[in-house]
Amino acid sequence: MSVVGDVLSWLFLLSGSFFVIAGGIGVIRMPDLFTRLHASGVTDTGGAGLVLVGLMFQGGISLITVKLLLILGFLWFSSPVSTYALARAALASGEEPFWAEDLDLPPSARIPGFAQRPAPDREGGPE
Amino acid sequence: MSDQIILRVATKIIVPTILLFALYVQFHGDFGPGGGFQAGVIAAAAFVLYALVFGLRRTHRVLPTWVVRTCASAGVLLYGGVGLATMIGGAEFLNYNVLAHDPEHGQHYGILLVELGVMITVFGVMVTIFYFFAARGREDL
Repeated sequence: MSVVGDVLSWLFLLSGSFFVIAGGIGVIRMPDLFTRLHASGVTDTGGAGLVLVGLMFQGGISLITVKLLLILGFLWFSSPVSTYALARAALASGEEPFWAEDLDLPPSARIPGFAQRPAPDREGGPE
Repeated sequence: MSDQIILRVATKIIVPTILLFALYVQFHGDFGPGGGFQAGVIAAAAFVLYALVFGLRRTHRVLPTWVVRTCASAGVLLYGGVGLATMIGGAEFLNYNVLAHDPEHGQHYGILLVELGVMITVFGVMVTIFYFFAARGREDL
């Protein structure tokens, strides 16, 4: 194992761990289901993907790397679908998203048009 | 739920992959982690996913109840049949050594057949349990 490969591997592993930790903090700290889903989605795709790429550098050109690639493809395919299904099921069962005006922000901290409650004529959320 | 195009397409891609992985776990079981029980559960999970997305009625058309029940008993029959075959061969129940001319090959065939029986039974029982729970309170199924 060359030094360059080792350094690259650990860079990927550490950045992947950062994503996983950030996602974990997000799941605890975010205010409602949809923002929590966003945090856990980052963990599933970004964090797990980077960790797997780091492990591929550890494995070198071998059968292990091929198996890791298959896991990566399956993960990047299945976890966004599950996040989508969960969010859609929550919307369909009437879970109201958390809008920016629910926060007690000073007017200077508001971004115009960001997370704004939709006007009553297009009620029903994104479809 | 059948109007959800993303879930439908994803399920159509994932279900064959899960079944293939179940076979991998089954036949790689004597070299790595895995074996009959795990493979049966994974194969049953593929059909549970199919039923969640496409509905119980279509799943019954793919995998009728009589097939599942036949699986549940055929696996036990295979398991016991291997045991009886070894007894006919002149050894103890499930002593695989007599299944081939070479005892080592006999062990190999024996464990493969017995694990196949376990997989078929576990698959059948798991899907049967799911069918019973999913059809509870529904007279149309």
